[in-house]
Amino acid sequence: MQPDRAETLRDAVGLGLAVGLYGVAFGAAADAAGLDVWQAVVLSAVMFTGASQFALVGVVGAGGSPLAAVGSALLLGTRNTVYGVRLVPLLRPRGPLRRAGTAHWVIDETTALSLAAPDRALAGLAFLVGGATLYLTWNATTVVGALGAAALGGTARAALDAIVPAAFLALLWPRLGGAFPEPAVQRRVALGGAVVALALTPFVPPGVQVVAAVVAVALAGRPRRAVAS
Amino acid sequence: MSGTWTAVLVASVGCYLLKLAGMSVPASWVEQPWVARVVDFVPAALLAALVVVQGLTSGAEIVVDGRLAGLAVAALALALRAPFIVVLLVAGAAGASVHLLTG
Repeated sequence: MQPDRAETLRDAVGLGLAVGLYGVAFGAAADAAGLDVWQAVVLSAVMFTGASQFALVGVVGAGGSPLAAVGSALLLGTRNTVYGVRLVPLLRPRGPLRRAGTAHWVIDETTALSLAAPDRALAGLAFLVGGATLYLTWNATTVVGALGAAALGGTARAALDAIVPAAFLALLWPRLGGAFPEPAVQRRVALGGAVVALALTPFVPPGVQVVAAVVAVALAGRPRRAVAS
Repeated sequence: MSGTWTAVLVASVGCYLLKLAGMSVPASWVEQPWVARVVDFVPAALLAALVVVQGLTSGAEIVVDGRLAGLAVAALALALRAPFIVVLLVAGAAGASVHLLTG
């Protein structure tokens, strides 16, 4: 096997397994929020985009309305639209069926793997192998987490209550450092979102403050002029 | 059908359609500078809001308990570049410890 191909496969399987195991935390969070196992399974199988899944169960768990839960999940899902735009020229899915199937696996991780691959053929391989590994692991570990959490006692519940906010922090963290463009602006927007959400908490129905925190995006300011590269 | 099931199904289909839209609409629609700007920064605002709402609130009240200890050790673990699973484990251990100590 060519070294590039072997490396692409290893990265795709490795990332798929590592992130897929995180489904345990999602299944447990879904159970803690009062969702049943089937609802957790449908979210992992159909929604299949981690941050939106965590947001939905987080808002439901906080006693939020279905509308606030759907709103926060959809707002976080908009970045997958942009990923799709970037992936089309790379993956070139032919025909409506292949396009519909490919779209289902467009998430942070498969996009990163495809864009990092050295050429188009390997990008397609990275997307397929990474997507399949992550999808299977994520769905299996969701069931494990949801069933496991249902059997927990008081102290383990307290542990789970502390794990859910930590999970959001772990999702947020890479955006605040060097891995994303303009980390200083990301930090400013994140701080703004946190302040807005806390300030609104006493006054709005649960979950609404999460959706309202999106106004903090205004702190990012105007788009920069595109830099010719 | 319960409100939770409605939310699960509507949000799941909606998130899928957002993915499909990216593969279907002309790239120029999405690549407007201000659209890209908003989409780049929405996750930071929402995830930070979820951190504080999940970590510091209960209903309409701001509550300090083991969850804050969990967030503190999670931040430390993340700063030390610990893997996801370690971050979650130390946060859970902190939350459980506070629960045991404070009864």
